[in-house]
Amino acid sequence: MLLSDASTSHSLFRRIHLDPPLLAALLLLAGVGLVILFSASGGSEAQIWRQLTRLGISFGVMLLLAQVSPDTLLRWTHWIFGFGLIMLIAVLIVGDVGKGAQRWLAFGGIRFQPSELMKLAVPMMVAWYFAEKSLPAQTRHSLVALAIVVVPTLLIAKQPDLGTAVLIASSGLFILLFAGLSWRLVGFATLLALPLGWLLWQFGMHDYQRRRVLTFLNPESDPLGSGYHIIQSKIAIGSGGLYGKGWLNGTQSHLEFLPERHTDFIFAVFSEEFGLMGVLLLLAIYLLIVLRGLYIASQAQDTFSRLLAGGLSMTFMVYVFVNIGMVTGLLPVVGVPLPLVSYGGSSMVTLMAAFGILMSIHTHRKLLKN
Amino acid sequence: MKQRRALLKDPLRERYLFNRRAIAAAVLTLLLIAILGSRMAYLQVMRHAHFTTLSTNNRVALQPLAPTRGLIYDRNGVLLAQNIPTFSLELVQERVEDLDATLALIAELIEVSEEDIERFRHDLKRQRRFEAVPLRFRLTDREVALIAVNSHRLPGVEINSSLTRHYPQGALTAHSVGYVGRINVRELKELDPSNYAATTYVGKVGVERSHEAQLHGSVGYQQVETNARGRVLRVLERTPPTPGQNLYLNIDAELQRTAEQAFNGERGSLVAIEPQTGAVLSLVSVPSFDPNLFVNGIDLKTYQTLSDSRDQPLFNRALRGQYPPGSTTKPLLGLAGLELNQITANDSLFCRGWFSLEGDDHRYRDWKKRGHGSINLTGAIVESCDVFFYDLALNLGIDNISSYLGQFGFGRKTNIDIGSEASGLLPSREWKRRVRREPWFPGETLITGIGQGFFLSTPLQLANATAALAAGGKLMQPRVVGATEDPATPGPVPTAAVTLEEAAIRYPANWRRIIQAMVKVVHDSHGTARGISSGLQYKMAGKTGTAQVFGIKQDEEYVAEDIAKRLRDHALFIAFAPADEPKIAVALIVENGGSGGAVAAPIARKVIDHYLLGANQP
Repeated sequence: MLLSDASTSHSLFRRIHLDPPLLAALLLLAGVGLVILFSASGGSEAQIWRQLTRLGISFGVMLLLAQVSPDTLLRWTHWIFGFGLIMLIAVLIVGDVGKGAQRWLAFGGIRFQPSELMKLAVPMMVAWYFAEKSLPAQTRHSLVALAIVVVPTLLIAKQPDLGTAVLIASSGLFILLFAGLSWRLVGFATLLALPLGWLLWQFGMHDYQRRRVLTFLNPESDPLGSGYHIIQSKIAIGSGGLYGKGWLNGTQSHLEFLPERHTDFIFAVFSEEFGLMGVLLLLAIYLLIVLRGLYIASQAQDTFSRLLAGGLSMTFMVYVFVNIGMVTGLLPVVGVPLPLVSYGGSSMVTLMAAFGILMSIHTHRKLLKN
Repeated sequence: MKQRRALLKDPLRERYLFNRRAIAAAVLTLLLIAILGSRMAYLQVMRHAHFTTLSTNNRVALQPLAPTRGLIYDRNGVLLAQNIPTFSLELVQERVEDLDATLALIAELIEVSEEDIERFRHDLKRQRRFEAVPLRFRLTDREVALIAVNSHRLPGVEINSSLTRHYPQGALTAHSVGYVGRINVRELKELDPSNYAATTYVGKVGVERSHEAQLHGSVGYQQVETNARGRVLRVLERTPPTPGQNLYLNIDAELQRTAEQAFNGERGSLVAIEPQTGAVLSLVSVPSFDPNLFVNGIDLKTYQTLSDSRDQPLFNRALRGQYPPGSTTKPLLGLAGLELNQITANDSLFCRGWFSLEGDDHRYRDWKKRGHGSINLTGAIVESCDVFFYDLALNLGIDNISSYLGQFGFGRKTNIDIGSEASGLLPSREWKRRVRREPWFPGETLITGIGQGFFLSTPLQLANATAALAAGGKLMQPRVVGATEDPATPGPVPTAAVTLEEAAIRYPANWRRIIQAMVKVVHDSHGTARGISSGLQYKMAGKTGTAQVFGIKQDEEYVAEDIAKRLRDHALFIAFAPADEPKIAVALIVENGGSGGAVAAPIARKVIDHYLLGANQP
């Protein structure tokens, strides 16, 4: 099913521009998300209803974007990117402060988060930039593309919103890789990064930033402070074992030892209650989605669609890896939700919009005979 | 390069390039998922046991459960010490936003004294931030309601109910039952920390202290599940505490009340003992104090008032008051004379009012200036002739006197089961050499013979010696606690009587003669206690005594009349009844009471009347 093409048997889906395998996997994921959210929120029906509403809106947005053909999207790209960039600058000047960061713009009552728009606009813009170029990308083109990625990334990092900055940077960089950025250049950049990182550690970081890194490396050094999240999360996961403690029976979450249990750390709740078996199933669903995305990319008929689909799929992968990596103590704690499972977040709308684009790319292909 | 740039886009080549990169991306994706999967396997399989332990430690806490302290009853089941629920106001520092403002608000609502705040701030420093620190104890219902209504303005302020020790009889049994108080730092070191893990109070004096182990019981435990903030969610496992044992005292609370009232505001002490068993029927030390003041910590002002009082209400006269026994020792000395063949019953002596040693001008006076004339042993006891006993003491010698009186418990602790007693002083040649580094002088033997000089006895020792005399020389251990009761198996179990010294009497005839003389002290027209004989429905044996007052601090402030009162002799009386079959032996002292016969003897009569005839007798 994964690699079979949507054919005439799926003509209905084709007509409404949906990709059945991707849709099925996403719905399954949302269902799992609701089940674990019910447990993580302590059986709060209100939270379930709010999450359902959000899911409804998000799937609606997906359906909507699936109807927009890649050609139309291509024509809008530089307008969307330009608009997003201006909004980002506006946020830094006049934005609302929420939770210690400037992320919001208010238009009479409606609050708007430009960085979410940029999650789509940046990969679109990079793909747009390479659309008419011959590939593999030449170095000077790559540098221009890099600039398209770096400017909004820095603006978002300055808000500060490290999680989103990481996601946007990786979406742009993945498109660069798909555009044929030479491996030699990638290797060279990696080699350069090591001494640069050392210099940053020595001279470029504040004490508190160094402490945060050290806490990440050894959370037990600060068990009640910033290490608390990760220690409790690891206890939740580890105590889940092979088969878990059972749904609604997680002690770490229900006795409130686990912080942020229904948002960023919901994966720990899932692991505690469903064990390694449940985790492997969940990972399989994520894997399925990413691979389906890459397949859609490989089947796309033009450079823009191809690069965009590949970039969005890999960004989704980064989402999953950063969140689970953070919850299991592999990566430092940055605020990235587990896609479609974590409660709330305007990020869900953006995420589903990206899948809408993927479906659009897949269903707007012209049927060519080879 | 130039050539390639000139080329148009090559869709097939680009597609080929992209697909290779997409495969690389797929491999990367698989790799990342594999990393996550193996990380999960590491955490959930390899380190599962470790994290399970941590998870259990997180949520399960062991809480000690305080046992309920045993109750204390008198011999008739009258409650002397109980546990009553009281409400206290406690603050959890961690949850109080502004401590000063909160304290101020509480002070507006209910009464909080300076001492309360002082003690609270002192305690606060020693407690952890999430532990409740008490501010006020014994809240009234109205105060509880006032705090409850305003609880939304008082975050971190809690009202907790707990069992507090209460002594319904108040001052009546303070000197026997004693009291409990909060465990202090020094006691904390001595107590078993696990058994007292949940306990607030420990016995400080009296029965409460001496029988602490029985009254306390043993601690219980419960395993509880707590959430991250330490709130108990449910009990997983429970080992209930074993409640302490109930105690039934030998003391008769009503008899005690009669005795206390008989003192009529005078200072003094009375101890009543059942001669055959050593059961302490009454233990009076007046004035007394309200033991309830001490339970939750007495405030400094009240404590100073009590401890600075000239009447010394906190001082346990019965156990620790050491007085010269005076003439009350004469029957025993007479018995020693008969038993050691120093005199016979018929030997008589002419008393001319004084006695002097050979080669010494010093006159040892009789209380009766003109003397008693020709007098034998019985007469000397009945009229309390000093000269007769000067002579007898001299004949016996100090060594015989101290060894014989020692058999009746003088000069050593009686071993009473509530402890903290003084040992009195029975002088001897050896004692004087050891302590005073002086030889013994014959004159000292004379005054020892009339219970003066170095000779000191506690009211308890005197009562126990009287009981031993009544029981034909059998010295018992005085016991306040008469029976224990395990709450699990109701029904009091009597404690065993302990005999300290078996019969010091070789010839019962000698003993009977002394008892007859003591009966005459009360019933004979010459007896020094004849004043109490009218209407007496049983035969009482007794002996009066007076003790000279030494070493009274003379404060210049006192009015002359008062000084005179405080320099008056102590009045003493010992008695037992019925004389033929003694059921109760009594010793008592009225400080600065003056005459033993006139002041002390009537108190003994009231107590013995009550005991033998019932509470409603005149």
